[in-house]
Amino acid sequence: MSPTATRRKAAEPNAGADQRIEVLKTYKLYIGGAFPRSESGRTYEIHAAGRSGKFLANAAMGSRKDARDAVVAARGAFGKWASATAYNRGQVLYRVAELMEGRRAQFSAEVAAAEGLTPARADKVVSQSIDRWVWYAGWSDKLAQVLGGVNPVAGPYFNISGPEPTGVVAALAPQRSSLLGLVSVLAPIIVSGNTTVVLTSEHRPLPAVTLAEVLATSDVPAGVINLITGRTAEVAPWLASHQDVNAIDLAGAADADGLSWADLERAAAENLKRVLRPAGNDADAVEPDWSRTPDLTRMKAYLETKTVWHPKGR
Amino acid sequence: MSSPPATAHARTAAASARELLGVGALTNASLTTWLHGLPGVDHVGADARAAGLGTRSIKTTSKAWAIDMAISMIDLTTLEGADTEGKVRSLCAKAMTPDPGDPATPRVAAVCVYNDMVAVAVDALKGSHIHVAAVTTAFPSGRATMAVKLTDTRDALRAGANEIDMVIDRGAFLSGRYLQVFNEIAAIKDACTRDAPDGAPAHLKVILETGELVTYDNVRRASWLAMLAGANFIKTSTGKVSPASTAPVAMIMLEAVRDWRDLTGTQIGVKAAGGIRTTKDAMKYLVMVNEIAGDDWIDPAWFRFGASGLLNDLLLQRQKLASGHYSGADYVTID
Amino acid sequence: MAKFEYAPAPESRAVVNIRPSYGLFIGGEFVESTGDSTFKTISPSSEEVLAEITEAGEADIDLAVRAARRAFDGPWGRLSGAERGKYLFRIARILQERAREFAVLETLDNGKPIKESRDVDIPLAAAHFFYHAGWADKLEHAGLSGGSGQPPRPIGVVGQVIPWNFPLLMLSWKIAPALAAGNTVVLKPSKTTPLTALLFAEVCQQADLPAGVVNIITGTGRTGAHLIRHPGVDKIAFTGSTEVGKDIARSIAGTRKRATLELGGKAANIVFDDAAIDQAVEGIVNGIFFNQGHVCCAGSRLLVQENVADDVIMRLKRRLQTLRLGDPMDKNTDVGAINSAAQLARIREMTSVGEAEGATRWSAPCALPERGFWFAPTIFTGVSQAHRIAQEEIFGPVLSVLTFRTPQEAVAKANNTPYGLSAGIWTEKGSRILWMADQLRAGVVWANTFNRFDPTSPFGGYKESGYGREGGRHGLEGYVTTGATR
Repeated sequence: MSPTATRRKAAEPNAGADQRIEVLKTYKLYIGGAFPRSESGRTYEIHAAGRSGKFLANAAMGSRKDARDAVVAARGAFGKWASATAYNRGQVLYRVAELMEGRRAQFSAEVAAAEGLTPARADKVVSQSIDRWVWYAGWSDKLAQVLGGVNPVAGPYFNISGPEPTGVVAALAPQRSSLLGLVSVLAPIIVSGNTTVVLTSEHRPLPAVTLAEVLATSDVPAGVINLITGRTAEVAPWLASHQDVNAIDLAGAADADGLSWADLERAAAENLKRVLRPAGNDADAVEPDWSRTPDLTRMKAYLETKTVWHPKGR
Repeated sequence: MSSPPATAHARTAAASARELLGVGALTNASLTTWLHGLPGVDHVGADARAAGLGTRSIKTTSKAWAIDMAISMIDLTTLEGADTEGKVRSLCAKAMTPDPGDPATPRVAAVCVYNDMVAVAVDALKGSHIHVAAVTTAFPSGRATMAVKLTDTRDALRAGANEIDMVIDRGAFLSGRYLQVFNEIAAIKDACTRDAPDGAPAHLKVILETGELVTYDNVRRASWLAMLAGANFIKTSTGKVSPASTAPVAMIMLEAVRDWRDLTGTQIGVKAAGGIRTTKDAMKYLVMVNEIAGDDWIDPAWFRFGASGLLNDLLLQRQKLASGHYSGADYVTID
Repeated sequence: MAKFEYAPAPESRAVVNIRPSYGLFIGGEFVESTGDSTFKTISPSSEEVLAEITEAGEADIDLAVRAARRAFDGPWGRLSGAERGKYLFRIARILQERAREFAVLETLDNGKPIKESRDVDIPLAAAHFFYHAGWADKLEHAGLSGGSGQPPRPIGVVGQVIPWNFPLLMLSWKIAPALAAGNTVVLKPSKTTPLTALLFAEVCQQADLPAGVVNIITGTGRTGAHLIRHPGVDKIAFTGSTEVGKDIARSIAGTRKRATLELGGKAANIVFDDAAIDQAVEGIVNGIFFNQGHVCCAGSRLLVQENVADDVIMRLKRRLQTLRLGDPMDKNTDVGAINSAAQLARIREMTSVGEAEGATRWSAPCALPERGFWFAPTIFTGVSQAHRIAQEEIFGPVLSVLTFRTPQEAVAKANNTPYGLSAGIWTEKGSRILWMADQLRAGVVWANTFNRFDPTSPFGGYKESGYGREGGRHGLEGYVTTGATR
């Protein structure tokens, strides 16, 4: 039973003797494979269907220091994740999908509450999210073949270009699409070997935290994915300006409270981060339709191309 | 950093080296040509072969035999700043009686300590055939003058050490000063002969510190350089640096001693030290000795394990094979 | 007797459950043949009979092809790529779960060491399904349209015939890409190694694969020939001998059937004087004695630079003496049984030929068990290109050693064969590797390694080693069409 339903029932007369009180979940941050509260000690209220609905939970209000710690964790995990075989990464991602499928009822309830969807619609969103994850899992061992190749240079040289992960990628998860949008932003970052710090949807963060639980119990190494709940406008600038972050996805700047993504892009220019702008023009940035099968853009955005030469001679 | 004075033995080592290399003078250049002319080692291929040997399944009777052989090959070691007479005596008691519950348990090959603990160990091991090995030459770093390294070695010899584990100067090796490394080994070898009391020369193990050499090509070259200079044993590591001994590194060193014997007729031993903690690890090394170097090296005179915790794991496994059920920490003694 | 003997370390048979007899897997279930022809499959290491197998007749084949057609026109054809992919992921995961069972069964039926089935065959087979599962919904990204502007579509019903040397692995090389692209299959495993294919049918059932997508019809060479000639088969995929491959090419001439053929080889493993010698010796051993030499891409000709030939051969002979030949179910066995009496006869015949031709024969001194089919690893030195043992594929643990003086000569000798499947190069010099790789007329070139396979890496031959590739992006080509509808 959801927290909302429990409270409603408790208020009814004759509720009591036969009623079972639900154990409510605590929603914390996910950093370095562990679930700490914010170092600032702060929380904020999450309500159903955005802002106007019933109280759901107190989410940790992540601070700039949490973000800093998350970047350290992500950087620490990068070496091993990037040098794992593509096969291994693909299997790890697929395993996440297996666990998501196992928890679909929980995800469904949270997405329904967060986005104000009917159970049937929420179920569909969860299915799409799992399938999206599987789609990306299957890319791990194919990217190099599709994006790389041998170049026929005019000389006796072997010349090959191949994609490599750029490093630590910060991502502002979509504000509205609390699971499907999140997965669509997160999976393409890590499938190729990048690690990430994700700032979740400000008002709809709960499915992200449940996803973090899935990640923690799957084979995703600690630090590869870090999830921070909190105020987008407060934390995003610290990620955008962080010199040890190599790229930033500004998807969640669309519809974010008190945020100009142009400012974030300006801050990111300080160390020439690769920037993935939100969809749409300028201040009218919107979330794309996450239900459409993606193209390669979100994976290519975080890949460098390395070209190697070697002579051919006896 | 200056070369040690040329003693009689060192001159002999140099003479043998000149003959083997086929040069008129043993110079750094001639050593470089010779060492760099050795066949390369493919990193991936070497790792694959070592891993393949690691899949051998050693069971029942061969496991029991191999456990006993492994125990008899251990240099039981304590090399801590906090070592005391009490600690060393306790270790020696363990070396003599690894399992009080089973007197048929073999004894270890040697006890390995710092030079100022040698006298204690010699006394504690009186009457047994267990050797006393001393780490010298400013172990583990090797960063000291040759005079200090020689004094370190002589102290250990005078105190009664019958084995000397020296370290090579990795800084010299990595900067290509092969002749210096050669001369230092030859000088220590010379001391092992001249400064051993009772005229019984101590045997010299040369520690390459493979973790600092990093590449397999370097491990091969350092092995050959040490053998050329007179090592009786080549040893992987001090155990103070990570990575210490690994299967591929030990394999390359076993290949080196095998090829050296084919070339010169001289047999040289190998000691794997550091990071060998379990019976499973020890079995893998014995398989490698068996399939790379062969029967002649399956003997404590030609292969050693430098370890401390390994002994108890071997004893636990030994107990399990004897009793049929798993044992526990309460049934093996601490040293 | 060596100091350190390894006690027997047998893998347990308890994990497998072999039925006394098997029917055919058609339309999602095991069915009886319409005829009554059967044969036995034996364990080549002991000659023990393992099971009775059905020989599918023409009527059975027809039923299977129809079932595949129904599935293609129906449920399978209607599925999206994403859903197809999920079936393949299920199959991959179940293969991983039942890995031990498959490894033991493969070793019993094929004779290869359990160490190989366990560490190579089965993991690669699962990996092959896992890789191809991910392509099912990404075909438009695979660069297969060839400029036609049309998205790639499946061909239809595929007839697949596989050999006995890597039974489950060859099955995965065939079925995974076919299904990923949306085809349905009728697969005939080799006469001497049907059991893992039949167990695979159970995996299809556990994965709930729609009926008729995969059909397994056991039988003999006759069965394969009928399958290939069936008019309802749109495409043929064959791995086997060059002789049969040519037959197939002739039989489809003038029809609309397409074929990919993966045939024989006589690969040169080239060792230069600056090779990393210990790894090169391992590479030679791996190249021809792995899987008892029953490998189409085996390095069956060693081309060693003349100035290091004696040293290499000395080290090779020494290395061969640590190879353990014996019970394939023993975890320490390196060399298992020859797959059949027929194959053993062929190997013996060719080694007699080698001796008669004047080459010098040396065999590793190993005790051969009484029962079963066995052949000790053997080396022929003093071989030249004019010898039959340098030209003809022996398909056994027999290495022919030739020498060369210069890279050009090595290339010339390596290419001097109607085959062109693979080659090996051993040198520490990078530019020479790349120059040689350019010159060698072989579909797979291994440098400083040998017999390495990966689902992402295309495999296939030049010249009479066949055409088409398996694995990687290129391997999908054989299973799609972008032209006019069928």
